[in-house]
Amino acid sequence: MENKDLGSTAIQKPPMEKTQPKKLQIALKEKTAEVNNFLTSIADLILFVVRVVRETFSRGFEFNEFLHQCFQIGYKSLPLISITGAIMGLVLTIQSRPILVDFGAVSMLPGMVTISLIREMGPVITALICAGKIGSGMGAELGSMKVTEQIDAMEVSSTNPMRFLVVTRILAATLMIPLLILYADFMGILGCWLGANIKGEVPFVLFIGQAFGHVHFSDLFPAVIKSFFFGGVIGLVGCYKGYNAGRGTESVGIAANSAVVSASFWVIIIDMIAVQITDMLL
Amino acid sequence: MKNETTEMDIKNDTVPATSAKAVIEISNLVKSFGKSEILTDLSLSLYDNENLVVLGKSGTGKSVLIKCIVGLLPSDSGIISVFGKNVLDLNSKELNDLRQKIGFLFQSGALYDSMTVKQNLEFPLRRIKKDLNEAEIAEKVNEVLENVGLADALNKMPSELSGGMRKRISLARTIIVDPLIMLYDEPTTGLDPITSDEISSLIIDVQKKYKTSSIIITHDINCAIKTANRVIMLKGGKVYQEGSVESFQKSTDEEITAFFKLN
Repeated sequence: MENKDLGSTAIQKPPMEKTQPKKLQIALKEKTAEVNNFLTSIADLILFVVRVVRETFSRGFEFNEFLHQCFQIGYKSLPLISITGAIMGLVLTIQSRPILVDFGAVSMLPGMVTISLIREMGPVITALICAGKIGSGMGAELGSMKVTEQIDAMEVSSTNPMRFLVVTRILAATLMIPLLILYADFMGILGCWLGANIKGEVPFVLFIGQAFGHVHFSDLFPAVIKSFFFGGVIGLVGCYKGYNAGRGTESVGIAANSAVVSASFWVIIIDMIAVQITDMLL
Repeated sequence: MKNETTEMDIKNDTVPATSAKAVIEISNLVKSFGKSEILTDLSLSLYDNENLVVLGKSGTGKSVLIKCIVGLLPSDSGIISVFGKNVLDLNSKELNDLRQKIGFLFQSGALYDSMTVKQNLEFPLRRIKKDLNEAEIAEKVNEVLENVGLADALNKMPSELSGGMRKRISLARTIIVDPLIMLYDEPTTGLDPITSDEISSLIIDVQKKYKTSSIIITHDINCAIKTANRVIMLKGGKVYQEGSVESFQKSTDEEITAFFKLN
């Protein structure tokens, strides 16, 4: 009888009115910590941007390293951008053709695909690919340099790691990604021509005439401008995540992963803003 | 009991035999990370052409100490005087100028993975000794590689090197700019006893050849015995004991005997 009483005492729950405020307090603390972390990371990012801008315009620009990064980002991405660009144009053509045939507007196909590529598909898809390839590369490389004390070693060698590693990468990405986007557009148009020739024969000169007959300066200009922002944000986010990686090897993976996710997110956000501005102005 | 060295004997042994001047003088150094105070009121001196070994358990702030000296970590308070200049008062240009006189051997070696051995060695040389021409740079690179016994590693990538080779190349990269002070962060950690002994010999060679003053952070008692002119043991973020290797070996202090015997 005694044991039964003890058992019932053991599983007796504390009164609800006492546990509820405690749970609320814990939840409130957690939320406050989350908000604090978020605000701290925003402040860190702003300070990082300010430092990048200051170092960019200070004396002693690392020109050789900048050229090296242009080569790494630009030239070494060409095979990937060539294939994805061409496939983008080919797929767009194959998908759009049946609908245009139904409307009897198949002659509009090259122009429609070209405008789609130049205005939206080329910049956004190429930027997302670059966020994956270049952003993650920067995050992982700088992250591992941080973990293995290479950044500290650079600093004690009287070299400003911010200027040598970060500024050069961000500027190279800002310059090279727009060029890669233009190249992807070109490959996409070639892919479109291939697609147009799968069911029928379209001479190249006629195709180019039809493709660029509908393209105006107002299609190209906003796309090029937003490409520079895509490049800048991919470089900035990749470097920020890598440069501020933690101390363990796990941090390298986290830096690379969050560089891709954040850079892709910002590419989409910038694209949305650019589209709104273009729509208002043109 | 007569042979046992007391704490007083150790303290009396701290002043170097020669009346050498101090190249580093640290007074009342405090460094915290958040609420955890790593260095609490630490004071020490490094004398000219001396090898000072700093011993202590993990987490006693040994690496933090040398990172504060070179300005990689900002200290909370205290004075770190290097060649008479307080590191905490220097602007970035003055700090860079001072760093050119200090060599830092990192625990991991910290070789630049994307560069060959040659490029790794040329990197600090081209930035610090800007007046050297290509022939002089090549000569200097070959000289330091021969000094560390790795003349044939010139075009290798760091990933192709063993742990001991990485440490040697890292040492070569540090001494290539003729530093006056060397800071070694656990130079023999992770190496086999033979390679550790070779690295310890290299540390002595560097001291003799380049006339450097060094702080050597280590857990390796053999390295300490071989390289030290003077030993300091840290505990609780401050200097616990100070003396010669012999006095430490003869000490009856439990902390010291445990450290020496377990090694």
